[in-house]
Amino acid sequence: MMAAVAQPKLDALSERLAGHALPEGGKWATETRKAALARLEAMGLPAPRDEYWRFTRPTTLNAPDPLPAAVFDHGGEAPVFGQIDRLKIVFVDGVFDAEASDPLELAGIEIERLEEAAGADIHWARDLYGVLETSGQSPVERPFAALNTAFAREGLVIRVTGKAARPVNLIYRHGDETSDGLVHHVVRLEPGADLTLLENGPSAARLNQVLEVEVGDGAAFHHVRTQGRDHERQAITHIFARLGRESTFKSFTLTVNGRLTRNECVVEMRGDDALAHIAGAAMGDGARAPFHHDDTVFVTHDALRCESRQVFKKVLRNGAVGVFQGKILVKPGAQKTDGYQKSQSLLLDEDSQFLAKPELEIYADDVACSHGSTSGAIDEEGLFYLRSRGVPEPEATDLLVLAFLADAIAEIEDGAVAEDITGRLEAWLRRRRG
Amino acid sequence: MLKINNLHVKLEEEDKAILKGVDLEVPDGAVHAIMGPNGSGKSTLSYVLSGRDGYVVTDGSASLDGADLLDMEPEERAAAGLFLAFQYPVEIPGVGNMTFLRTALNAQRTARGQEEMSAADFLKLVREKAKTLKIDADMLKRPVNMGFSGGEKKRNEILQMALLEPKMCILDETDSGLDVDAMKLVSDGVNALRDAGRSFLVITHYQRLLDHIVPDVVHIMSNGRIIKTGGPDLALEVEHNGYADILSETA
Repeated sequence: MMAAVAQPKLDALSERLAGHALPEGGKWATETRKAALARLEAMGLPAPRDEYWRFTRPTTLNAPDPLPAAVFDHGGEAPVFGQIDRLKIVFVDGVFDAEASDPLELAGIEIERLEEAAGADIHWARDLYGVLETSGQSPVERPFAALNTAFAREGLVIRVTGKAARPVNLIYRHGDETSDGLVHHVVRLEPGADLTLLENGPSAARLNQVLEVEVGDGAAFHHVRTQGRDHERQAITHIFARLGRESTFKSFTLTVNGRLTRNECVVEMRGDDALAHIAGAAMGDGARAPFHHDDTVFVTHDALRCESRQVFKKVLRNGAVGVFQGKILVKPGAQKTDGYQKSQSLLLDEDSQFLAKPELEIYADDVACSHGSTSGAIDEEGLFYLRSRGVPEPEATDLLVLAFLADAIAEIEDGAVAEDITGRLEAWLRRRRG
Repeated sequence: MLKINNLHVKLEEEDKAILKGVDLEVPDGAVHAIMGPNGSGKSTLSYVLSGRDGYVVTDGSASLDGADLLDMEPEERAAAGLFLAFQYPVEIPGVGNMTFLRTALNAQRTARGQEEMSAADFLKLVREKAKTLKIDADMLKRPVNMGFSGGEKKRNEILQMALLEPKMCILDETDSGLDVDAMKLVSDGVNALRDAGRSFLVITHYQRLLDHIVPDVVHIMSNGRIIKTGGPDLALEVEHNGYADILSETA
């Protein structure tokens, strides 16, 4: 029997959905969207009292309209990933921009817009769109993901059949101060396929994004994203990944600025000997706008000898708030699981806070799982040592900040991409020093 | 070069006087040694001069070429030409030794109004200096002092000194934790830097370092004061008779 859903959660949902209709023009997708809406209606939207939303207030994500967010001025800075030879696909305020994008053609890969795929009579995406999302709703509900499946019109469906000739770069521009982005991507890597997906930019004043990834046997998916620096932007994102035998899934996210960011990552290790590394580096300063950053990760081990690794680092100052909720669930029979989880924060003052809830739930008896969560201030000894060598205090602090984040950045496999991220952080810190 | 006048220092956290009127003057190009028993205030003196937190100067002054040291931030003292070789060099995980060395050198150059050194010139310079100190490429690549042996850490201190070319070098128990070979290597590194425009203050417990780095003047420190000053022979006297005789004769 299902527990009754609290009325405020349902009220929040009906307020949010007032005036919104499911997208038209879909064939198979119409059914999926209706089903998602039905699931959503059975959950309602998150309430501040929900255990899963204890550290992050869902209020502004629930609200019918987004809070306005000014568009960040990059001051002529070189674009993120600009040095990397990649296929560029541009979205503005969550809407595909054909003119700004490269043609959707690349050897080893098929790319279509969600709108086209949804309108086809038969499409492979049917077996994936909303399917991984649905599976990720248990044992914890994720209403914003269901809302996304039901209402998203924009997004890409990508099928990787071999080794993608170049990385695919999704560029999310933000132009309208009150835009409410709703984007849903589906990626399927056939057995042995290989794709690097790069994402950068704020997307919208408020973004709700879902990325469903099926990594076939022996396939490799590398994902690196940066979430833009617009101070007031908000985002709720979900990644749902299902991993086949001997597959690799690596995802890294860099977040700098943002009033509210919640990145959920739900990974299901289905095939034996698979590997999942999920990492994040966040740097927040509450001085200009509030900074609240939430990494919520759920890794399910349901196969033999899989390795999962979570490495999350946050640098917080001026009242910034960092949240980490990370869970490793080892199902019965998932023997020889190697699960590792690390979440650390560097608090640069006493106003900032880090809230962590690491969890292990293990139903197999031959596994190695560990987690560690720490929160600390800058190392005074190291700071003095640097200063005694002539490095001014702000620069010395930044050097230690970068050193602290290095563990997470080290999870990026591609050297050029990692260098882009590190170089950018250095430049942003320098810009901040003035 | 370095002038210390009637310096009184207490701990910030508790009302405990550590230095009780230190007077010391190190002329240009001179090497002075400070010896003394544990707890006499030798290391405190080096920390106060380099600007470490946790100490309060209650009286007196310290200046470098006439500039008031005590009024400067640690990085300003470094840019002015002061260098402390740490007794316990700090490990900094995540910061590569090369990055550290280059950042430090360029920060000092910037502070002095000089141009930053190019990556290529810097690399050449480091390689040359590292070679004489037997510091290999791996030590340059690793994070600062991480996984270094005691001897490697001290050699890394001398490498920094050689790169930054300070005019006033304070060596705080640089001999501690060194075997005979490492001590020779470190001493040779220091001696190679001896120059008419560069002065040294060598703090040590034991005379043996002073066999390698021969001082012009030796000071004995006890209970927060310099109690005796002499030539290199004074170090030998300590080596033979311990501090007891000197302490009782000046008591």
